[in-house]
Amino acid sequence: MAKQYETVIGLEVHVELATKTKIFCGCSTEFGGEPNTHTCPVCTGMPGSLPVLNKKVVEYAVSVGLATNCTITRFSKFDRKNYFYPDNAQNYQISQLYLPICRDGFIEIETAGGTKKIRIHEIHMEEDAGKLIHDEWENCSLVDYNRSGVPLIEIVSEPDMSSGEEVVAYLEKLRLMIQYLGASDCKLQEGSMRADVNLSVREVGCPTFGTRTEMKNLNSFKAITRAIESERARQIELIEDGKTVTQETRRWDDNKEYSYAMRSKEDAMDYRYFPDPDLVPIALSDEYVETIRSQIPELRSEKIERYKKDYDIPDYDIDMITQSKHMADLFEATTAICKNPKKVSNWLMVEMMRLLKDKGLETEQIRISPENFAKLIQLTEDKTINSSVAKEVFEKMFDENIDPVSYVKEHGLMTVQDEGALKETVEQVIKDNPQSVADFKAGKDKAITFLVGQTMRIMKGKADPVATNQMLRDLLSKL
Amino acid sequence: MKLSELDAVALGEKIKAGECSVLEAATSVLEQIDKQEKALNCYISYDIDKVLERAKEVQQKIADGIYTGKLAGVPVAIKDNMCTKGIKTTCASKILYNFVPTYSATAVELLEQAGAVIIGKTNMDEFAMGSTSETSAFGVTKNPWNAEHVPGGSSGGSAAAVAAQEAWYALGSDTGGSIRQPAGYCGVVGMKPTYGAVSRYGLIAYGSSLDQIGPITKSVRDCAAVMEILTKKDHKDSTSVEIEETDYTKALVNDVKNLKIGIPKDYFTSGLSPQVKEAVLKAAKQLEEQGAIIEEFDLGLVEYAIPAYYTIATAEASSNLERFDGIKYGYRAEEFDGLHQMYKKTRRDGFGAEVKRRIMLGSFVLSSGYYDAYYLKALKVKAKIKKAFDHAFEKYDVILGPVAPTTAPKIGDSLKDPIKMYLGDIYTISANLAGLPGICLPCGKDEQGLPIGLQLLGNCFEEKKLIQVAYTYECIRGAFELPNADRSGNGKTI
Repeated sequence: MAKQYETVIGLEVHVELATKTKIFCGCSTEFGGEPNTHTCPVCTGMPGSLPVLNKKVVEYAVSVGLATNCTITRFSKFDRKNYFYPDNAQNYQISQLYLPICRDGFIEIETAGGTKKIRIHEIHMEEDAGKLIHDEWENCSLVDYNRSGVPLIEIVSEPDMSSGEEVVAYLEKLRLMIQYLGASDCKLQEGSMRADVNLSVREVGCPTFGTRTEMKNLNSFKAITRAIESERARQIELIEDGKTVTQETRRWDDNKEYSYAMRSKEDAMDYRYFPDPDLVPIALSDEYVETIRSQIPELRSEKIERYKKDYDIPDYDIDMITQSKHMADLFEATTAICKNPKKVSNWLMVEMMRLLKDKGLETEQIRISPENFAKLIQLTEDKTINSSVAKEVFEKMFDENIDPVSYVKEHGLMTVQDEGALKETVEQVIKDNPQSVADFKAGKDKAITFLVGQTMRIMKGKADPVATNQMLRDLLSKL
Repeated sequence: MKLSELDAVALGEKIKAGECSVLEAATSVLEQIDKQEKALNCYISYDIDKVLERAKEVQQKIADGIYTGKLAGVPVAIKDNMCTKGIKTTCASKILYNFVPTYSATAVELLEQAGAVIIGKTNMDEFAMGSTSETSAFGVTKNPWNAEHVPGGSSGGSAAAVAAQEAWYALGSDTGGSIRQPAGYCGVVGMKPTYGAVSRYGLIAYGSSLDQIGPITKSVRDCAAVMEILTKKDHKDSTSVEIEETDYTKALVNDVKNLKIGIPKDYFTSGLSPQVKEAVLKAAKQLEEQGAIIEEFDLGLVEYAIPAYYTIATAEASSNLERFDGIKYGYRAEEFDGLHQMYKKTRRDGFGAEVKRRIMLGSFVLSSGYYDAYYLKALKVKAKIKKAFDHAFEKYDVILGPVAPTTAPKIGDSLKDPIKMYLGDIYTISANLAGLPGICLPCGKDEQGLPIGLQLLGNCFEEKKLIQVAYTYECIRGAFELPNADRSGNGKTI
């Protein structure tokens, strides 16, 4: 009988915090920008410059720690991690090794297998590195320090996960939680959330862990799932072949669906960690921790309960909408204006989901403003536009966040309210389509759909389909 | 009296009174430099045009009422490990031979806001690592009292410049005695403030938890005047501390009645030169005659200070000096194959032997497997030393002793035996480990005519007590004439 294997997975998740300025200087954290424009002597490692801690970073780290049931370290310190690389301006990264800000937490995840507790070993604060750009043409490398000193937290889990499904559930849960806290936007593509996967396999029932590898460069949930499958298979194959798994760091190439070894444990660097003498220890009082706790905003589970109470929309809709803080915010803000939760929810559930899927975008990338969204709903409610026009306008809003009122006006998309014009067209359609009229008279009710379509075509889609249908029936009955 | 013979406060008064222009002061110091620099090598760089231009600007701003302080218009020398915007800052190292900072150190900015005219950047041991100024990549500085001797280090250029009247005062930095010891060897006043009293922002770090910037001056009152400018909380330095009362001039009181002065027996053991011992004990006696209560006591732990210091300072240095890699500024090896070779060649050729020795030592004590045994243990010793001092300061206002076991050694003698050189720091490094303020001032000369330094240590943020005792001693001692240009080197070839 073939041996049964189980996978043991722990994650190291880096999250870029949503502070306006960097962790140790006053430079902007804004993404993009001309290279080396968001820099100063501190984040470019100029001689003599000194770091000063951005207090907001501690606030965010503590709030994530509290939301993940961690113990907050009351006396915590920064350490220097020493290694030479050009993206690292000082050739040491300021991080936390000995006394991280949060320890011993957990979150609960939901999968097909039920609820599972995933323990969090620690959360520590650190600075991001700059970006290296390799210029193949000029055969040189350039460094952009705009990202140098952007604050990060690293959330280190215990090896409590056993499948790609659990890993994705854990990451989704973390992502939502952190988004809800406002601590980060957690965009995997832009790198504001990055996960490294530590994975080993062992025979079911084996009391000890197998040798693990660390997988880097995972930029989407799909890539993470594929990488886990691939690495599990690779390790099992090695073991089945009587070979051994090497402890190493591997890099995932999602296009090739293949990983390759970056460095093994043998060439693991000695980072010579020691407490950074330029920074004073962070001492947190009970009052401080309690203040942060009291400021934690409504998290998802609380939001779901409130939606059930306040809005008359299906549970399924609530579940979908609250899966993204951005979506939930849009829902609430739009509803506040138009007082029509059902309509807002319908639009989000049908058209919004379809467009996101078609265009391959994340909910965080939705650009429609609540004001414009509410206006569109108003246009449909007072029948200024019909539903097919509304869909067209919604897509335009999705792409460019246009103002639907002026757009409808500019493009003459209002439903024709003039009964005389409608009657004239309907009469013309009846006259031009004797076969369909005959079919209808013969009891084929479906024929009316064709006649409505013809009317709409002539009126360039601006007729009210319900009114058209009614008028056709009226006139046909008189024939 | 020649302008150059005045102390900084006296020159400031003259400028304020309109008896002398800033330009005259600047010109006079430039003449002094021109006469002696070839022989002494106090400066790594100075720019005559810039000095004259700045002198005119300062004169105007004094006239406009913008600069009103005591030292407005007085020319100053800055140790070359403090960043000066637009002025080359080398740390006396080849690796920074062409580095021009885009910003100024806070201490430098504060002086400029007080109307200082920066003359130039003074020579030092490379990255402040040394006790003689011989490890400079730009040649050794000679002791103005005798050019065959070193000026001490690492702020040797600053101390020599003040002693040779090539500056009215200077800034130095002190990680293990680098202000006090050269001040002692050169017969001037040097103060290392309490850790945190003066901003380190812009000071190119050696041992970050030990480094402090401080003044080197001709008189105790000059020292007080400079301290008044420098002690200001700086939001750019996390370790900078708010000090409420910074009127150090008020502490210039000629009175030590009933002040308790402790003399650590451990500082007067076999390694101490008899002439230094005699001069220091004589000074103590003189203070006693003025009403101070002098008492000998056992400080303890003295033998552990040097190993703890060289563990902590080099560990921090090994990390602090990583940024000098040839990528962003400074020296880069000309030929190399790939990134790693570039790093290696740049650092091999860019750093001098003593700096490399300390980087290796520091990297070793931080290595995994050795961290606990060396670095952590050294931190524990540091905490114990601090406790020993806390205990002493429960009893004494001030601790008195020598600044160094001997007077200035001959050029070339120290680097032959680095361990011996390290041991020479025995009386100064404890103050850095415990974060304490210390002051050194001359208390006599040995038979070679070289100055002997008296050191006073105080409890944290008790600079005023030090200034009071130092000032009283200065009054007892009387004028300590500096060697003028003609006497430099005792007439020997310089």
